[in-house]
Amino acid sequence: MITADRLKLTGYRRPDGRYGVRNHVIILPVDDISNAAVEGVASLIKGTMALPHAYGRLQFGEDLELTFRTLAGIGRNPNIAAAVVIGIEPKWTERIAKEIRKTGKPVAGFSIERYGDLKTIEMAARKAKEFVQYATELAREPFPVRKLCMSAKCGESDTTTGLASCPTVGRAFERLEKAGATLIFGETTELTGGEDIVESRCISPKVKAEFRRVFDDYAKLVESQGVDLMGSQPTEGNIRGGLTTIEEKAMGNIQKIGRCMVKSVLDPAVEPKKPGLHFMDSSSAAAEMVTLCAAAGSVVHYFPTGQGNIIGNPVIPVIKISGNPLTLKTMSEHIDVDVTGILRLEMNLDQAADVALKALESTINGRFTSAEALRHDEFVLTKLYRSA
Amino acid sequence: MKHGILLHEHDDDVGVAVVDLKKGASVGAVTLEGKAAGKITLREKVPLGHKVAMRDLPKDKPVLKYGRPVGKAVQAIAKGAHVHVHNLKTSRWSI
Repeated sequence: MITADRLKLTGYRRPDGRYGVRNHVIILPVDDISNAAVEGVASLIKGTMALPHAYGRLQFGEDLELTFRTLAGIGRNPNIAAAVVIGIEPKWTERIAKEIRKTGKPVAGFSIERYGDLKTIEMAARKAKEFVQYATELAREPFPVRKLCMSAKCGESDTTTGLASCPTVGRAFERLEKAGATLIFGETTELTGGEDIVESRCISPKVKAEFRRVFDDYAKLVESQGVDLMGSQPTEGNIRGGLTTIEEKAMGNIQKIGRCMVKSVLDPAVEPKKPGLHFMDSSSAAAEMVTLCAAAGSVVHYFPTGQGNIIGNPVIPVIKISGNPLTLKTMSEHIDVDVTGILRLEMNLDQAADVALKALESTINGRFTSAEALRHDEFVLTKLYRSA
Repeated sequence: MKHGILLHEHDDDVGVAVVDLKKGASVGAVTLEGKAAGKITLREKVPLGHKVAMRDLPKDKPVLKYGRPVGKAVQAIAKGAHVHVHNLKTSRWSI
């Protein structure tokens, strides 16, 4: 059995002491209308990555705060060496640049008004070139598992995820927790029917009450829409794969946390403050959830899937684990860890966790995941309600 | 592979088909730990990943998987039948 503290990990030490496992220079738009300038810079400078998205204008209240927190959190993520931020006007641009700058990494903000796209692109591209030359000079160095922050969320689940891929992650998480890693899970509505199990794992009455409040809030939102979530939770893909009810889906989902205890309840895109497992209030939609995990500082992600969710993320490598033989047969290019042996009783969960930890080690050390190789760069902001 | 059905807990009401199961086939069920849980004769075909009733389940009975109720039977379900959205419904989000 591989214990997590024996994993040999290397990464990029950032000025704030956290370690990244990738070394991206990002060109980050504050708002939807700055996407063109951001793409312009990225197309000029080799080694940079544009992160276009659909929002950032006329949002307000908690919805706006979440957008700020997500964009700043992405820039702050240890997988990012340096960031160029571009917005339509200077104030919100600087607000995001300032949050990223607190990590000590190189950041520059540019706003388009009074310059236009072309001049902005030129100025930003000169800075981006400087940042790329800085980043490409950085070298990997060994780091201990207790400096690792990672996340897990499953998708296109079926009955095999509950039997194989989710409990594999659960076993791996138990070993990572023991070695002092920081771990994030979430998917609030998808715990329905197993929420008592998560509650019973909360480390203190305060954390338990916080979890209950967050869970009940989401349940109320669902009820307020006056609809049945059938077809959404479980999804049509889940149902095709044999999952029938939300309770059944939740029980599969919860296998991912193994026997770990929940240290805190986080708002979406909030960085955990201590080692151990943390619950983040979040949607179960894959691209939204993984983006929120990246914004919270996760540097790598375990993604168990049954029917074959193909998601990736531009900032953090997403490791796909599947125990469904049909998925391995028909869409193997998307799967990194094959645990179909569990269904055949040729592999037990401890052996499966060994394979998952080896895949984690090689991914952290630089091996591309399937999603990275296939250019699955889904960057999706969570929108809480209508803009003004 | 001798088994065709996997169970989370030995006494679960439903097991998961780990290969496509044919109508009339007699299939062995085992737990994840490899403990035998009897043989089931399939009353209909059940595709890979879908559930099979391990015993007769009367209407309104909470159906156990993972040793816990995962919904209730909305009609009587016979041992060896396919268990899915047509005969098992959530006990949550009832509106």
